[in-house]
Amino acid sequence: MGTIVQYILYLAVLVALAIPLGGYIAKVMKGEKTFLSRLLTPCERAVYKVMRVDPGEQMGWKRYAASVLLFSGISLAVLFLLQLLQGVLPGNPQNLPGVGWHLSFNTAVSFVTNTNWQSYTGESTLSYLTQALGLTVQNFLSAAVGIAVLFALIRGLIQVKKEGLGSFWVDMTRITVHILLPLNLVLAICLVAGGVIQNLKPAQTVSLLEPVAVSAEGEILEGADIDLESGAVTLNGRAVEGAQIVTEQFVPMGPAASQVAIKQSGTNGGGFMGVNSAHPLENPNPFTNLLEMISLLLIPAALCFTFGRCLKNKKQGVAIFLAMFLCLVTALAVVAVNEQMATPQLAQSGAVDLSAVQQAGGNMEGKESRFGIATSSTWAVFTTAASNGSVNAMHDSFTPLGGMVPMLLMQLGEVIFGGTGCGLYGMLAFAILAVFIAGLMVGRTPEFLGKKIEPFEMKWAVVVCLATPVAILVGSGIAAALPQVAESLGNTGAHGFSEVLYAFSSAGGNNGSAFAGLNANTVFLNLSLGLVMLFARFVPIVGTLAIAGSLAQKKRLAVTAGTLSTTNGMFVFLLIFVVLLVGALSFFPALALGPIAEFFGAIA
Amino acid sequence: MKKIKSILPRAAMLLLVFTVVCGLLYTLAVTGIAQVFFPHQANGSIIEVDGKRYGSELLGQQYTDEGHMWGRIMKLDVSTYRDEEGRALLYASPSNLSPASEEYEQLVAQRVKKLRAADPERGDEPIPVDLVTCSGSGLDPHISPAAAEYQVPRVARATGRSEDEVRRIVKDCTDGRFLGLFGEERVNVLEVNLRLDGIL
Repeated sequence: MGTIVQYILYLAVLVALAIPLGGYIAKVMKGEKTFLSRLLTPCERAVYKVMRVDPGEQMGWKRYAASVLLFSGISLAVLFLLQLLQGVLPGNPQNLPGVGWHLSFNTAVSFVTNTNWQSYTGESTLSYLTQALGLTVQNFLSAAVGIAVLFALIRGLIQVKKEGLGSFWVDMTRITVHILLPLNLVLAICLVAGGVIQNLKPAQTVSLLEPVAVSAEGEILEGADIDLESGAVTLNGRAVEGAQIVTEQFVPMGPAASQVAIKQSGTNGGGFMGVNSAHPLENPNPFTNLLEMISLLLIPAALCFTFGRCLKNKKQGVAIFLAMFLCLVTALAVVAVNEQMATPQLAQSGAVDLSAVQQAGGNMEGKESRFGIATSSTWAVFTTAASNGSVNAMHDSFTPLGGMVPMLLMQLGEVIFGGTGCGLYGMLAFAILAVFIAGLMVGRTPEFLGKKIEPFEMKWAVVVCLATPVAILVGSGIAAALPQVAESLGNTGAHGFSEVLYAFSSAGGNNGSAFAGLNANTVFLNLSLGLVMLFARFVPIVGTLAIAGSLAQKKRLAVTAGTLSTTNGMFVFLLIFVVLLVGALSFFPALALGPIAEFFGAIA
Repeated sequence: MKKIKSILPRAAMLLLVFTVVCGLLYTLAVTGIAQVFFPHQANGSIIEVDGKRYGSELLGQQYTDEGHMWGRIMKLDVSTYRDEEGRALLYASPSNLSPASEEYEQLVAQRVKKLRAADPERGDEPIPVDLVTCSGSGLDPHISPAAAEYQVPRVARATGRSEDEVRRIVKDCTDGRFLGLFGEERVNVLEVNLRLDGIL
């Protein structure tokens, strides 16, 4: 009972916060006054002055797109160099060496594309300078780019017979200064209060209550007797030569909270620690978890309401929100049930207690005791619905079907809320596809929000919708055929294939979560996943801006009795249907080889 | 080409401005506030008694003594981190194993056997799932109240304390759900063991 209440409350808190934030973002986009204007508008103006930007500039779609691409290109180059050179730069108390070229490339692409796939392990690979000036900055800016492109598309829908989509520089500045910075400053401080670390110290060591003996070959000696005084280790009555006694534990340090806040709220997801928000120093308790989990879906959900407000058609925002929300709830139900039921392999014919009495019960492999099943399942669905990709439990250790749902959510093109901005513009491309199909059925020229949908828009909408499935299928197809990839797998059989499929789904959906048993830090996987991320990020951005540019020039059609309503239940259903049609049909064969095969194998 | 020339300097400028604002100023501002108002949390919630640092209340350790409460199964890592003198330091990672494979079934069977042998008082009672599974971080500092209760008779026997005394210690180290609603009730294993050893 308590568990179900928890699921409902998580969803309720999300919606309750998303609606007002959506209104706030709409004001920011239009440059209207908000309760923070007095403080923040002078900062905004100062940025324009430094950049020598005219805040009234109007860019056509090609110029807007060129600005996005060039800005992202420079960001990529800077982040790549920062990692290569971190060994000789300051802000590196652990004295970590520079990162290798292919890992640097992968991580730079991953952060610039808002994917934040982790081939790296933060605490052992990246210096504090790289984390703060590189990753944190791109967490902010890649999130802002997604929202900026969405703003341009919204302007394309609002404008009548005009060229301009607004200024990329102004949008980026407003989004960062008015939305992301204040939100994350508050969030980060709350996280520290809750127990997330935030300091500039080198890593610390603490004593172990029970020392651990390690053989000369580095193997843990279970059950060995340790004499701390003499340093002698005996196992089963025999002295072990060359054994080492480990008496201290490694405690990672660094400016984590500030980065964790934005990696959540910017749908980035790249953790300060290798195991991301499962790490107790990155997400110590249910309070910090609530903050991190709600904030990861907050902006994408709020943008639906922003969209409705900007179009002066709140019902439209609600319709799109509902389509996303219904998919989210369905996905959550499937994961929750499967994780709570666990597997026969874990149940051991009743020898293991899986009940929810005085414990979370269910499949606790890869899950933290403080989060249990409800909080871990909700996070898994939120993080893959949004293209966040942070985790508070290991998806690799989910049950076969419980792990398939997060994978499917990414394969649907990250449009069930999706990334900040990019989720909604992706969904709007599906909406264009939906009105086109509906138009064919009733024999009318399709139109969306008063704008006629013609071949130019259709072509680009199809490109936007298909970029993700094509990238995922081509990428995972090639990877599955290469023998060297098999050496990276952490599990065998159908589950091993799932690890590869998950990796490419994550890169293609710009999500960043992983079936982390896969060792992705190889030349082939770093490069191929990097290319998939670039393709799946920038092709849809160009397509969206092209559609926006074309729609801006069109006149607005009057609403007549024959106009297909895009705000009623019928449209919500149609939209979900089109998303599932493209996603499910593209991926059913691949899923049948991975999680579905594993599921039937496990219950057989 | 002309277009690129007019965009490029602005793009570089935008990156520079926000690298300073979001990378430097924001990070330092949060660090400053954290260190002034929440120094314990911001520095890793380390438990210090009489100058000795007995672990972090947020990081799990491995316990195998019968007189200690045991935590989640750990996949220990002694090869990644070393201290300044080159001595190995303990860390841990998640298993990332699928819970639906035959290998996994055998692994869990071994863990069940080990716990049954250590806790003869419990006979054939089902073992709480926390005790036979690896956590998400590999460093989970907690177990469920059911997992703690399962071990009470063994700990009492090995430490010579009464079961009620052990239960009282467990209760003192138990955190509830946030607002009574979110997350799970849990027992901090390190705190229990420090109390059992008379350190806390």
